Amino acid sequence: MSEELISRVTGVIAKTQKIPPETVTIDKSFEELKIDSLDGINILFALEGEFDLDIPDDAARGIRTVREMVEGIEKLLAAKAEAAKAKA
Amino acid sequence: MTRRVAVTGIGAISAFGPTYAELWAGLAAGKSAIRPLTLVAPGTLRFPNAAEVPDYDPLRYFEEKEAQMLDRFAQFAAVAAREAIQASGIEFSPELGERTAIVLGCSGGGKSTEDDGFHHLYGLKEPRVSPLTIARAMSNAGASRVSLEYGITGPVFTVSTACSSANHSIGQAFRMVRSGEVEVAIAGGSEAPLSMGFLKAWEAMRVVSPDTCRPFSRDRRGLILGEGAAVLVLEPFERALARGAKILGEIAGFGMSSDAHHITQPSALGAARAMRAALMDAELPPESIGYVNAHGTGTLANDITETEAIKSVFGAHAQKLLVSSTKSMHGHALGAAGAIEAAATLGALQCGLIPPTVNFTVADPACDLDVVPNTPRPAQIECAISNSFAFGGLNAVLVFRRSA
Repeated sequence: MSEELISRVTGVIAKTQKIPPETVTIDKSFEELKIDSLDGINILFALEGEFDLDIPDDAARGIRTVREMVEGIEKLLAAKAEAAKAKA
Repeated sequence: MTRRVAVTGIGAISAFGPTYAELWAGLAAGKSAIRPLTLVAPGTLRFPNAAEVPDYDPLRYFEEKEAQMLDRFAQFAAVAAREAIQASGIEFSPELGERTAIVLGCSGGGKSTEDDGFHHLYGLKEPRVSPLTIARAMSNAGASRVSLEYGITGPVFTVSTACSSANHSIGQAFRMVRSGEVEVAIAGGSEAPLSMGFLKAWEAMRVVSPDTCRPFSRDRRGLILGEGAAVLVLEPFERALARGAKILGEIAGFGMSSDAHHITQPSALGAARAMRAALMDAELPPESIGYVNAHGTGTLANDITETEAIKSVFGAHAQKLLVSSTKSMHGHALGAAGAIEAAATLGALQCGLIPPTVNFTVADPACDLDVVPNTPRPAQIECAISNSFAFGGLNAVLVFRRSA
């Protein structure tokens, strides 16, 4: 989990939730950040834009913390890089 | 003045076809009408399936010039209203037209009309949209069309409360007939939400199932969108008897509430308050209800919350209730949902057969009611309720009684 990735994900969360970026740290839960289900969907939408990803519903279900979100994005980015390599 | 309110006509156009008979035959057989979407190109959405009206041809129902004036949702409203009015046998004289109400629910209005217009504007970079856009897209276009066709000049309006639109509409119509404000009411809902722009909005909400709709099942993955319309003709019981009309059932009560909780998350408290209000309005104890046509969307949140709400209203009697979600068969038709489900509930009471919750696979301990899984169940039921709970926290519940 690179620092750059963490900061991009937390940055998107902060921007979407309209909260100061320094409040979104890797160990926070969504509950602590007052992120409800609709907020969560909105964050997924913003992350798809930020990373040019398609985040399937099944990958998104069950994510409850900032760490899980970063890990999920990391996994999807790796899969995307793998797919691009296979195509090349 | 308080009068009993009879249903003397039912019309429906749904994923089962353009008549009430086809809707009821499908539900009574426990068939699902969820199929691959054809109204948008395949592969453009995360979910491939919907409950679409099959092979719909406007020119079977309208002159070409008329069809051009009407969005798909307004056409559906007229098709269902014609069937219901014909079944009721009522002829509208100018005098009766003045004493008749039309209340038709619609959540989104003419979505494909808007979508098409905006495609010309933003996609094709044309500087203008069709001058028919407003008249086609307004949510009351269906109600207005029916009033024009039959010369109905009494109270005519549309209620738009998302997924509760049709129940709120039928409830208002029921009260107008019960109080004597009108002599006849035409009530229901219509919706045609399957256009690309609107489907993309549903996709982004992540509540639509990628395969099918499995209400109350542990592996449920969301709702399946549907379209169509259903319309009921309501009149005082005594009037129906006097003219020798066939009585298809009664509406016995109506209750509504607002959660004031969250814009999209459901609340068991709000849902329960609407059910209690409906029973109180019908002057019926909870034990008199035998069947609940559930809101039952098949989303994770709804089905748990609705189960909790039913248990809190019915107590020990909840375990004796038959509870099914017909959305598993006709999809979630949004502003038409409550009307299609009213038609389903009236069919269940009249035929002594409970339409099942289909696509059911694994029991969910959090949804531990008798949800009539997969197989229709013969049962002579006297009274039933039909639930609708909308985004925005708006709940509307109708009580039905079998006609003796």
